[in-house]
Amino acid sequence: MTATVRDAAPVAPPAPGRSWRDRLRGPSVFVLIAVLALVVAPLLLEPFRLGLLAKYLCFGIVALGIGLAWGQGGMLTLGQGVFFGLGGYAMGMYLKLHDAGGDLPDFMVWSGVERLPALWIPFENPVFAIAFAVVGPVLLAVLLGSLVFRQRVRGAYFAILTQALAAAMVILLVGQQGLTGGTNGLTNFFDLFGQDLAADGTQRGLYVVVAAVLGVLYLVAWQLVRSRFGRLLVAIRDGEDRVRFLGYNPATIKTITFAVSAGMAGLAGALFVPVVGIISPALLGVVPSLELVVAVAVGGRFSLAGAVLGAVVMGYAKTSFSEEFADGWLYLQGALFILVMTLAPKGIFGLAATLRDLLPGRRARA
Amino acid sequence: MSGTLLEVRDLSVVFDGFRAIDGVDFTVEQGELRFLIGPNGAGKTTLIDVITGLTRPASGSVRFEGWDLVGRKEHEIVRMGVGRTFQTSVVFEQLTVVENLDLAASFRRPLWSLARRRRGVSAAVEAAMATTGLDALAARPAGVLSHGQRQWLEIGMLIAQRPRLLLLDEPVAGMSGEERSRTGELLVEIAKDHTVIVIEHDMDFLRRYASQVTVLHEGKVLVEGSVDQVRSDPRVQEVYLGRAEDRDKRPAGGGRAGAAGEGRTGSAGAEPAEGAAVGSAAGEVT
Repeated sequence: MTATVRDAAPVAPPAPGRSWRDRLRGPSVFVLIAVLALVVAPLLLEPFRLGLLAKYLCFGIVALGIGLAWGQGGMLTLGQGVFFGLGGYAMGMYLKLHDAGGDLPDFMVWSGVERLPALWIPFENPVFAIAFAVVGPVLLAVLLGSLVFRQRVRGAYFAILTQALAAAMVILLVGQQGLTGGTNGLTNFFDLFGQDLAADGTQRGLYVVVAAVLGVLYLVAWQLVRSRFGRLLVAIRDGEDRVRFLGYNPATIKTITFAVSAGMAGLAGALFVPVVGIISPALLGVVPSLELVVAVAVGGRFSLAGAVLGAVVMGYAKTSFSEEFADGWLYLQGALFILVMTLAPKGIFGLAATLRDLLPGRRARA
Repeated sequence: MSGTLLEVRDLSVVFDGFRAIDGVDFTVEQGELRFLIGPNGAGKTTLIDVITGLTRPASGSVRFEGWDLVGRKEHEIVRMGVGRTFQTSVVFEQLTVVENLDLAASFRRPLWSLARRRRGVSAAVEAAMATTGLDALAARPAGVLSHGQRQWLEIGMLIAQRPRLLLLDEPVAGMSGEERSRTGELLVEIAKDHTVIVIEHDMDFLRRYASQVTVLHEGKVLVEGSVDQVRSDPRVQEVYLGRAEDRDKRPAGGGRAGAAGEGRTGSAGAEPAEGAAVGSAAGEVT
């Protein structure tokens, strides 16, 4: 994926007149990884590990959106959990209603709710639920973006705003016990489209779907990055005020990008729920939103591959580290973040470029 | 190419009670090359900021081809055909020269078509590269350009936008003597088929390349006319040229940037005839 990364990296330009070997390197690495992920991994990994990988890939989809919005567009969004949660709850509501088979979902009965709330009714339809998982976050992002970016709110103010949104979302969900399941969220799902969710085959199929969705979205994001739109996004990141004098409205470009990243997070949330079997406020609040941003920074926010890799690696590291030392992970995560931010601001994926810049003589020219 | 392109009427701009521009009337005809001069704080850049939508005036109107520009957003004014450069050139360092130019040339494309990749180099970009002489640097990131090359890239981006009115804010600030001559020629070249307003501090540059000059002083228009008229006006000599001529003996713009006077020889400081100046400028270009 080296060629891909070079295209997405901020410094290196796509060299004109690249040889065929150079041109094919990116796509062939992509195909190789796709084959590994879609064919080899399901055959080799035991169901438990495959399920974990599917979960990390869901985070990878969110990270892809963060890479677009933050890495390319400079919008530090600390509230992707909100969009992830919208997608997750939409899917969770469908699964709950499906399992209840015409009755009230179990947690509503325990909360003393007697009639299905009107908000839930459309989610009986799986098509609506899945469509909402994407369209809901996109609409919310468009609304937020067109209000915020038009007023030229950016930088830390935008970051704080999105973080506040994540905090507000958690309060809202926890407060509405009967409607949302409160702190427990939605869980105890049994059946997805007639398939037993606990069965190995279902989980393997879900994994393949998640991996395929990530692959397709990666291609979409990659095309966006190398298009004029992508160049414009980088220009806005580096000099938003100057872009206005090129005749573009930065607010429009940023809103579109933010909406794309929100849609990705929403879809990731919808996939996450059947894979992991739960969606709750703890999975979408301030901390999980931040964790993903940290993962993207560690992986390398200026390249899409770095962002995805960061999320997958950090997800894996969290699980395996927490198995050994329960509380150690938090410290390690913080230390990693500080290390990357101070020593390698382009992340693991940009390590080569960072080192190249450090070499004497290189800096003056490049 | 005749008729009024830009008409500024009774314009006032107030910053915290300070009148940066105070009742300015200013008209530019189609096809003109107009120089805007004046001491620091005269309101030159503020005037351009108002025309391009960066600053809101307290009162007055700015009409471009009959359309009022006051209250419009920056990008809308660009879309109407008014382009500008900045004193401190701002180019996108992470993008290549050709990508910078291509973005400048592409704003009229429909939004959805931006999702496609750039293939090849459009005619507008090609022309802008040829005019500014940046062809050889096309694939380099703009971040590696020298100060002079950045200014040219900015001018190139302006040309690539194909505006009907170009506003250049101190295009030769901080340039070496050779780069100044090169920029002056570029300016003359551009002015052949564009309407251009140039803010410039440098009197030597003005003498070489200006024809019509507007002098601003303390937010008001002091004098307007040909270079000779303006230079012989006693009021201008008092507020501006007197000081500027003193300054001319030293490397010009010394306070602004050390590089300003570099490469300037004694002969360039003297007063060559207009034609001879352009001739010698051509000789200096490498």
